Amino acid sequence: MPAFATEDRRRWMGVLAKAAPDEIATVWSSLAPTPDYALLRRPETGLVMVRGRIGGDGAPFNLGEMTVTRCSVRLAGGLVGHAWVAGRRTDHAERAAVLDALMQAPARRPAVEAAIAHLDSLQAARSDRAAREAAATRVDFFTMVRGEN
Amino acid sequence: MYVAVKGGEKAIDNAHRLMAEERRGDPAVPELGLDQIAEQLGLAVDRVMTEGSVHDRELAALAVKQAQGDLVEAVFLLRAYRTTLPRFGGSEPIDTAAMAIRRRISSAFKDLPGGQVLGPTYDYTHRLLDFTLAAEGTPEPAALAEQPVEAQMPRVADVLGHEGLIERSVEADGPANATAEEPPGDLTRQPLSFPAGRDLRLQNLARGDEGFLLALAYSSQRGYGNTHPFAGEIRMGDVTVEFAPEELGFAVEIGTITVTECQMINQFKGSKDVPPQFTRGYGLTFGQSERKAMAMALVDRSLRAGELGEDAVNPVQDEEFVLAHSDNVEASGFVQHLKLPHYVDFQSELELIRRLRAATPTADRETAE
Repeated sequence: MPAFATEDRRRWMGVLAKAAPDEIATVWSSLAPTPDYALLRRPETGLVMVRGRIGGDGAPFNLGEMTVTRCSVRLAGGLVGHAWVAGRRTDHAERAAVLDALMQAPARRPAVEAAIAHLDSLQAARSDRAAREAAATRVDFFTMVRGEN
Repeated sequence: MYVAVKGGEKAIDNAHRLMAEERRGDPAVPELGLDQIAEQLGLAVDRVMTEGSVHDRELAALAVKQAQGDLVEAVFLLRAYRTTLPRFGGSEPIDTAAMAIRRRISSAFKDLPGGQVLGPTYDYTHRLLDFTLAAEGTPEPAALAEQPVEAQMPRVADVLGHEGLIERSVEADGPANATAEEPPGDLTRQPLSFPAGRDLRLQNLARGDEGFLLALAYSSQRGYGNTHPFAGEIRMGDVTVEFAPEELGFAVEIGTITVTECQMINQFKGSKDVPPQFTRGYGLTFGQSERKAMAMALVDRSLRAGELGEDAVNPVQDEEFVLAHSDNVEASGFVQHLKLPHYVDFQSELELIRRLRAATPTADRETAE
């Protein structure tokens, strides 16, 4: 029985995937001690077919592919980490896989969790800024009625 | 028929060197970086990703640079590159209702819940050349509202759908667990055959040439078709892509992409089975590709003529005509192959013309001339 819920892992893997590569690099350089790990599956770039839905709410259809890099690692202690990350940055995928494994190690988790919370807050700040820039362009159209004063 | 020729290696090599020199242009002018193309020619990158059918801004920017800005050539380069990569699988269907909205408008509903959000648009500009851009400078920063736009904005079908005035997609009323069913058709794996399902039609149109779809959509508005459309909703923003890797057994978010979605709504008089209602045409593209998404939605609706019992007499309603000619990589290849040496072909036709002329009496020829 793993010491974490699937929903938690889903969340942190998503934050790691959506982080900018240089943000992951910053987290990586702050890790102490440097984790000892082996590559189970070397970083590999391929394609995932992005699906949409007909009409937005109907049956799926294939919109087009996106580049994705995956990687799997095993820590010296045996814990296995995976990463699936949009784009072609192999360093991003490899580091995200190691961080995924560290999140499963009770001794390492608190520090990594704090780093992931920071990545999450950076993403939230970017989203909030974009959403407020969009909100500044909200408009009310008036329907003009002829002959009215 | 094209018959292979030999020779010309030196000339071809030199021609490519010349092309590379011309592509670089004056060496005194700084070279373009991929980041500059991705950041400052973003809509070109979006078009190349959509029609090249690969979402990767850096690769698309490289293709634009390599093709000297020839976007159809760039699409070809991206399509060629994708064949070198393995396919890991298909994503969960993206949820455009949960899109982080950057633009969202409706020409049909003034008071759409969530409001009309113009976002970064060329609409309402005067299309006057802006000479301040010819000089370098920093634009005024974008305005920031106190409150962000709503996290969830209902789509147009959700607004009118409850009254039955607008058609719902079949699955919208049932459980939306479509991934459990068989995967949608994929024309990169199976050659297109007719009649094609709407899933394959939409995939084809999403990859299709913007100019071709735009002209077809325009033709349907001008009378070569029977659409009476409203732009029910256009939305652009970021959606999260989820993928379920085998080793995990659950879906994880792998990244965020920008997409543009268009819902055209069209009047429909009804049939013996269906009451009068609005029907929908659908467009979806990578990036900010609004013109493409709108054209795609009009063409999608036009191609439903048969399904809705309408007369299909115009080019835009002819599935085979539209889908077989929409791809600019195929079209460009077939048109441009005419440049390759056809010397043997031409020689045989020349002989034929000579024989025909020899067989025709001279008097007739003089009369004809």
